[in-house]
Amino acid sequence: MSIRIASADRQLSAADVAHNFAELHPALTEAEALAESARCLYCYDAPCTQACPTHIDVPSFIKKIHNDNLKGAARVILDANPLGHSCARACPVQVLCEGACVMLQQEHRAVAIGRLQRHATDAVLAQGWKLFSAGAPTGKKVAVVGAGPAGLACAQELRRAGHAVVVFDARKQPGGLTTFAIAQYKIRPDTALAEAKTILDLGVELRSGVQVGVDLTFEQLERDFDAVFLGVGLGATQALGIPGEDAAGVVDALTFIEQLKTRPYGTVAAPARVLVIGAGNTAVDAATQARRLGAAHVAFVYRRSEDEAPAYGFELDLAKASGCTFHWLTAPARVLVEGDRVTGLECVRMKLGAPDASGRKGVSPVPKSEHVLPCDLVIKALGQSKRGDLLRQVEKLQLDSAGRVVIDEEGRTSNPRYFAGGDCVNGGKEIVNAAADGKRAAGAISIFLKGT
Amino acid sequence: MAVDLTSNLAGIVSPNPFWLASAPPTNTYGQVARAFDCGWGGAVWKTIGQPIVNVYSRYGGIDLGTQRLIGLNNIELITDRPIEDNLKEMKLVKKRYPKHALIASLMVESKREVWHEIVKRTHGETGCDGFELNFGCPHGMSERGMGAAVGQVPEYCQQIVEWVKEVSTIPVITKLTPNVADMTYPARAAKRGGTDAVSAINTINSLVGVDLDLMAPRPNVAGKGSHGGYCGPAVKPIALNFVSSMAADPELQGLPISGIGGISTWKDAAEFIALGCANVQVCTAVMHYGFRIVEDMCDGLANWMEQKGYQKLTDFQGRAVPSIQKWENLDLNHFIRAHIDEATCIGCELCFIACEDGAHQALALAPKNGKRLVEVKEDMCVGCNLCSLVCPVPGCITMRKVENGAPSVSWKQHCAGAGALAPRPQHYNTVEE
Ligand SMILES: Cc1cc2nc3c(=O)[nH]c(=O)nc-3n(C[C@H](O)[C@H](O)[C@H](O)COP(=O)(O)OP(=O)(O)OC[C@H]3O[C@@H](n4cnc5c(N)ncnc54)[C@H](O)[C@@H]3O)c2cc1C
Ligand SMILES: Cc1cc2nc3c(=O)[nH]c(=O)nc-3n(C[C@H](O)[C@H](O)[C@H](O)COP(=O)(O)O)c2cc1C
Ligand code: SF4
Repeated sequence: MSIRIASADRQLSAADVAHNFAELHPALTEAEALAESARCLYCYDAPCTQACPTHIDVPSFIKKIHNDNLKGAARVILDANPLGHSCARACPVQVLCEGACVMLQQEHRAVAIGRLQRHATDAVLAQGWKLFSAGAPTGKKVAVVGAGPAGLACAQELRRAGHAVVVFDARKQPGGLTTFAIAQYKIRPDTALAEAKTILDLGVELRSGVQVGVDLTFEQLERDFDAVFLGVGLGATQALGIPGEDAAGVVDALTFIEQLKTRPYGTVAAPARVLVIGAGNTAVDAATQARRLGAAHVAFVYRRSEDEAPAYGFELDLAKASGCTFHWLTAPARVLVEGDRVTGLECVRMKLGAPDASGRKGVSPVPKSEHVLPCDLVIKALGQSKRGDLLRQVEKLQLDSAGRVVIDEEGRTSNPRYFAGGDCVNGGKEIVNAAADGKRAAGAISIFLKGT
Repeated sequence: MAVDLTSNLAGIVSPNPFWLASAPPTNTYGQVARAFDCGWGGAVWKTIGQPIVNVYSRYGGIDLGTQRLIGLNNIELITDRPIEDNLKEMKLVKKRYPKHALIASLMVESKREVWHEIVKRTHGETGCDGFELNFGCPHGMSERGMGAAVGQVPEYCQQIVEWVKEVSTIPVITKLTPNVADMTYPARAAKRGGTDAVSAINTINSLVGVDLDLMAPRPNVAGKGSHGGYCGPAVKPIALNFVSSMAADPELQGLPISGIGGISTWKDAAEFIALGCANVQVCTAVMHYGFRIVEDMCDGLANWMEQKGYQKLTDFQGRAVPSIQKWENLDLNHFIRAHIDEATCIGCELCFIACEDGAHQALALAPKNGKRLVEVKEDMCVGCNLCSLVCPVPGCITMRKVENGAPSVSWKQHCAGAGALAPRPQHYNTVEE
């Protein structure tokens, strides 16, 4: 795919931007789905199923696609993973199911599990199938804080078990980061919202625009509900801590991505020269999407080398294929600002040293290596902060030193009425981990409620 | 709407119509118990009789491209386990799974006392729900005057069914061999003998291949082989035809059929049921993938029935039978013609060469604006379907009705002078003088 780039005399039209944001993994045609599903060997005790954090029975759903039982296929997927729509599009399948596929050994090409999963789940939205129904009412009420993947997965399972569920979310719309943060070429907000709706339609009450801890206290929740699930995710992007950071031409990756995902194509532009600070998956998403908005030059600035970059190799490959470049072993020192315009980023070169406590090689600045990288926009992608401030409001809720909620293997916290899962527990993983957590916690909540 | 998959074959009720056929998957208690736990509705135990000895190397397979085992051939005999072990384990199965159908498959020498003895003993010691008389094995056992050697002679079938019915207090299913020209004859004989149901098909006489290095058939036993019994997906059309011939036979009306042969998916099963079967039996697909396949068989069948508005199996059982007719009753004035969708055509030209060399020269290469396309010569197409069968693109070539204004007329009617044939395309004259 060729990315259309803006220039001094050519702004990108909405159509250009739509072209640039074409889906990375488009829907399979019927013929493709038939051929691809035929490639699945239907392994016994399948490695793909083991590799999936929600343990979707992959061979079973692929066999069902092949046998013309699409509805059955979708049910297998969404029964194991309530976020099966999002995961089909956004999961890093290369390191999960597809990375475990035995066909990699046989043909050096895994079965396209993610795209087959999309084939089945798309049909649910297209046909309006109602695959699950609410369980017989138990008379118990559960509050779910956060309508992201963890909260939604928990809500679906709680409803299927017959509990009344109210989901609170600070935002106006559900989905959490699936709606507002996942790269636009992987999933669009309308799909994430449609997925959330399939869950809400089980009779889940959504109270949106309610920030728990501010608009509503945890004590109030405890008063009105029998149990609480915390799926609040992570906080804002961490600060750089360098001069000039507050300038208008410095934006954090999450805000940048949310804007381009929630505003019409053509209304959000990227300037010609963009620097992205960081080399994690979010940095890749920011860089690849800055390119797709038309930026002529997009470069990463990262203090370590490519070997230490936290992004998946296939994500870095995508950045390269999108025309991004890299300043490895380069640390930002100061944002250069003229008036209210960013003109460049002053950096120092770094060198690698002995491994530090985390096992990664330490870095130290190279003396007298200051240099300026000219740019019009700086995107900060240093990772999200933890939610310690919010979560400390909950009594007897144990957090670890990094501010993550401590849970047992079933999602119970140190406070018996609280359960938790997703990014606020694991510090930031994938949708599928959050979904697995939320679903598992719903099981623990049901057990807890039986005893109340 | 809840769909009910309960099936009833001659009074033998099972939670769903999916039974394991008498074969290696029903050798032991452990297997049948695992199968019932996976969701199988019934099982026909591996045929018991006088203990036999098996050879090493028993199966041969046919692959198609990367798809393995579209056909399976075996030279295995009936059970090689002591009869006491089989009966003891069947009893355990019946005790642990009272709601599932457990059928004892029998094959002994053609003597009245021997049949009486095995029938009484098996029912007495196991509490099984029915018997299946194995008149089918085409190899090994038939050399000893059993199996297909019985199934191929209607009089023998009738005689043995009569002997069994003399002492059996539970339903008797007669399993028929496909190694006959017309299955209705042995089926009618079995009916005359008093059978409660028939099952078909057993395996088809076959030789799956020759090892060109060893100059020996596959599978080979120390360099020599023997013809065996063929089964698996490849035999389904043959099985469907035998089944439909019995379902449509006026003399066999009311005789329940258990359909067997190449069933791997819920769709295969639905086709057998649509052709009149009360239930189905599966062997090869389980030997390939394990008992777990039954989950999608039940799920897929139930989803399809729900979509079609069928609540129970009998709502569609036999529905396709009336549409199976003699050729002489087909409408000769029903014209269809190939239509190629230019938008989805990928330009492989397989349809062209198939029609040109293999059918009726009714297609023409007709590239348009640089795109490889094929055109239908409307006056030449006889609507044979071949192009649509070879086309790799789903839905690209469709066969569309041609309105010729001619009233329908069958060959039978036409020969009786009732109705004129619509004009038909002529082959181009390609002879060079
Ligand atoms: C830029 C980016 C790209 C990503 N790309 C991928 C990807 O391609 N594939 C993938 O699998 N994962 C990806 N992830 C990770 C994935 O999005 C998360 O792991 C997942 O969304 C975590 O789900 P969660 O429910 O724990 O939290 P979130 O999705 O963050 O949802 C938390 C919800 O809680 C709400 N909330 C927070 N505090 C409160 C409060 N006090 N009161 C009420 N509501 C509150 C929030 O508004 C939000 O809706 C990406 C993440 C980012 C940041
Ligand atoms: C290895 C093997 C052994 C079999 N043994 C028996 C048997 O003992 N008795 C019997 O009635 N049928 C026997 N059969 C035939 C099957 O029960 C069944 O009729 C046939 O395989 C067709 O079904 P399928 O296409 O699902 O395999 C055997 C088949 C195979 C492959
Ligand atoms: S399947 Fe393989 S391992 Fe099992 S008995 Fe046959 S040859 Fe031996």
